[in-house]
Amino acid sequence: MKLELRGITKSFGALIANDHIDLVVASGEIHSLLGENGAGKSTLMNVLYGLYEPTAGEILIDDKPVKFSGPADAMAAGIGMVHQHFMLVPVFTVAENVALGAESTTFGGILDLEATRKKIRDISAKFGFNVDPDAMVEDLPVGVQQRVEIIKALVRNAKILILDEPTAVLTPQETDELMAIMAQLKAGGTSIVFITHKLREVKAISDTITVIRRGKVVGSADPTAATTELASMMVGRSVSLTLNKADAEPGEVTFKVSNLSVMNDVGHRLLDDVSFSVAKGEILAVAGVQGNGQTELTQAVMGLHKHIKGSITLDGKELVGKSVRDILDSGVGFVPEDRQDDGLVGEFSIAENLILDLYTHTPYSRRGTLSRAFIAKNAVDKVAEFDVRTQSAQSTADTLSGGNQQKVVLARELARPLKLFIASQPTRGVDVGSIEFLHKRIVAERDGGTPVVIVSTELDEVLELADRIAVLFAGKLMGIVPGKSSRELLGLMMAGLNAADAQAQLDAPVAPDNGELP
Amino acid sequence: MSETPTTSAPTPEVEDAKDGESTRVIREIMSGNAIISVLAVLVALVIGGILIAVTDPRVTAAAGYFFADPGATFSAIWTSVSEAYGALWRGATYDPTARTWQGQLGIFETLTFATPLILAGLAVTLAFRAGLFNIGAQGQIIMGATFAGVVGFQMHLPPVIHLLAVILAGAIGGAIWGGIAGFLKARTGAHEVIVTIMLNYIAVSLVLYLLKNQLKAPGSTNPISPQMDANAMLPLLLGPNFRVNAGLILAILAVIGVAWLLNRSTLGFEYRAIGANPRAARTAGMLVTRGYITVMLISGALAGLAGVTQIAGTGKSLDSEIAGSIGFDAITVALLGRSKPWGTFFAALLFGAFKAGGTSMAVNADVSIDIVAVVQSLIVLFIAAPPLIRTIFRIKAVRPEGTKA
Repeated sequence: MKLELRGITKSFGALIANDHIDLVVASGEIHSLLGENGAGKSTLMNVLYGLYEPTAGEILIDDKPVKFSGPADAMAAGIGMVHQHFMLVPVFTVAENVALGAESTTFGGILDLEATRKKIRDISAKFGFNVDPDAMVEDLPVGVQQRVEIIKALVRNAKILILDEPTAVLTPQETDELMAIMAQLKAGGTSIVFITHKLREVKAISDTITVIRRGKVVGSADPTAATTELASMMVGRSVSLTLNKADAEPGEVTFKVSNLSVMNDVGHRLLDDVSFSVAKGEILAVAGVQGNGQTELTQAVMGLHKHIKGSITLDGKELVGKSVRDILDSGVGFVPEDRQDDGLVGEFSIAENLILDLYTHTPYSRRGTLSRAFIAKNAVDKVAEFDVRTQSAQSTADTLSGGNQQKVVLARELARPLKLFIASQPTRGVDVGSIEFLHKRIVAERDGGTPVVIVSTELDEVLELADRIAVLFAGKLMGIVPGKSSRELLGLMMAGLNAADAQAQLDAPVAPDNGELP
Repeated sequence: MSETPTTSAPTPEVEDAKDGESTRVIREIMSGNAIISVLAVLVALVIGGILIAVTDPRVTAAAGYFFADPGATFSAIWTSVSEAYGALWRGATYDPTARTWQGQLGIFETLTFATPLILAGLAVTLAFRAGLFNIGAQGQIIMGATFAGVVGFQMHLPPVIHLLAVILAGAIGGAIWGGIAGFLKARTGAHEVIVTIMLNYIAVSLVLYLLKNQLKAPGSTNPISPQMDANAMLPLLLGPNFRVNAGLILAILAVIGVAWLLNRSTLGFEYRAIGANPRAARTAGMLVTRGYITVMLISGALAGLAGVTQIAGTGKSLDSEIAGSIGFDAITVALLGRSKPWGTFFAALLFGAFKAGGTSMAVNADVSIDIVAVVQSLIVLFIAAPPLIRTIFRIKAVRPEGTKA
């Protein structure tokens, strides 16, 4: 089935999210849609999936124009979508989830799950999905949940599958498995629209690459094109993807975490007996798939978590049990992983956000009164220094793009002399151009002699920044390895092997079976 | 679905997120622009005008021969509505036709009625900016008035000192009542809306109980307290002919104070941050729970001061009707004032004018005073439904998707 988008334009008020986009997806090809966050990829796919009505332009399937007034129409036309955030009911089984919305029924409206189970088993066997129709979705690993989403689409006879940032939630190994599945689907005649901003993946799997920037198609590229070429198309200027950082010159060890455990309200351990230390002038990156205790680690250090066992010391002083205010005041700079929820007040101005955790200090305020002139001047300075793209420092933070919001948070946290800098997902959702800048600032902080902890689920970022890498899995530390370790090693550790076992597996001669789990 | 710059991580505080959702809707209602407020008042007045017209017998009579003489109907409508609103306006400002010269100057009645509304409106406004919906101004006014009353009629102190003691007592009474809600919210997560509503009932029953027992005036059979000492009363600003009293000055000072607190002080910065994004506030080292408690103390104190202006300003003794409907009108006033201190001030003036002019409208234009209540309710309706006003006047909403897509 051939899909064509012709002159698709979608605007929200004055903002044009898609500007005359032309796109042809040939039958049985993997077509990558490459673009930065906010480039308009998801909007375009939501138009295609019937969630948005295009302002102008048309959609053609097999050269016949079609009009979708909702996802149901799109599905009926053979388009399936796997959203970035899964649309599954956690307490339903796989079969129930797949049946949802397209239930087979027998006489009298009685649910016929057996028919669905059979379909799932057929598809699962055909593509090697390895999904049990009766498993509860909440018990499945993320990678398998994603396959359930794909099955959902295939059961509805999708001929074109849209995958929206599918690898964001996967380990490197799971990503490889997904790539294999995509290749099989393609071999089976399904077209795939693969949305991503990860260049390596695009190059590995695509037949055609279309690059979108600021709502416009800026061109197409061949999968053999150089990574830097793709990056500069995406950003619109040449970017350097490698950070030329000097080797770390670790000094005195000032930040120590010993036997740290973090429990949730019912006593379940989210972080289990973790110990590590960081020296002045080095970057320790904490790697791992999202949800393996990284959030709890940063919360514990910042005094944001209630149930903590163990010890965290900075310059010999215990941080556990101190208030957030005290921890910040003892010289810890913190970039939370979710800047919109935790790092910024959206309806505050940039100037106000720049003093969000500094407002009690002179010269930002005196005797309980904010020093407005100084705050305004501070804002102008920081906006210039960190190149925050905004019309005015008095604009609200929620008018900024993700990258610029992150610059505001970073500008604030780096504004004072630090004894420890912790940044969680410092460049998530940030455009490639800003990543370069943010990374440079982080390395500069390290070179100034601050111990730095970076928590990141992006392996690229970890490898880019880290002097040493700690890997978390299910709340446990799988080991700390040097910054230049291989992706394979890190991948195995992220999947739950400790450093020694992972290394042994890599060193072992190729095993008789290919190492995949049954 | 939408391409937000960040993927939201699973959060440990689901309650917060849910709470944020309901508050977000209210915040949208409370923080729309001033134009919506003005238009809401206009539309409410127009609909009120229609009601006045259709209930006027002269209009009904003229409509009987509408096809013979349509002009008569329109002229009857015009007469009816313009008479009514004219009387309302004159009653609230200046009415040259009134019999006494005091009666001519309705503006001072407007200011008198507005005084407790300003203070109680500020109470709602301030709490709201910290993310709390204080429905309990009514109870806080009652408790403020009760505390002020006890000091006012049971203690006998020298001039000035007695008044200051009354004002302080009223503020404390309100602060305690508001503080309970803040404390429960901070410590147990009890929703302040439910707690404050329930505290309203408790305050009403409590004051009634006290008035029947400990606080009953000697010799009285009604549940009413003794009269306040003369020293305990807020001085009248324009002599005995007008009710307008020093409470107005107190109210204006409170507006200035709250405006300073919210916009210029570090404490207000905390409150606003907590109100707009409690998680970010907590991450930035602010004590969200302490913020909830202190803001409810201050909010309650402001409502308590409204109770003071009732008992030591316009009333003389405590009865169970001391708060009237001020605590609830205060919510409307804060809504109409867009939870800004000066906005609240002007909204309170408008509601004071409705109250002062309503009587004049009833007497001089023979229009039921209930029309005023209808107009006030319509204002709430239109403010609570900003899309309605936007649709009527074709104002473009700023779409959140537009900024993020």
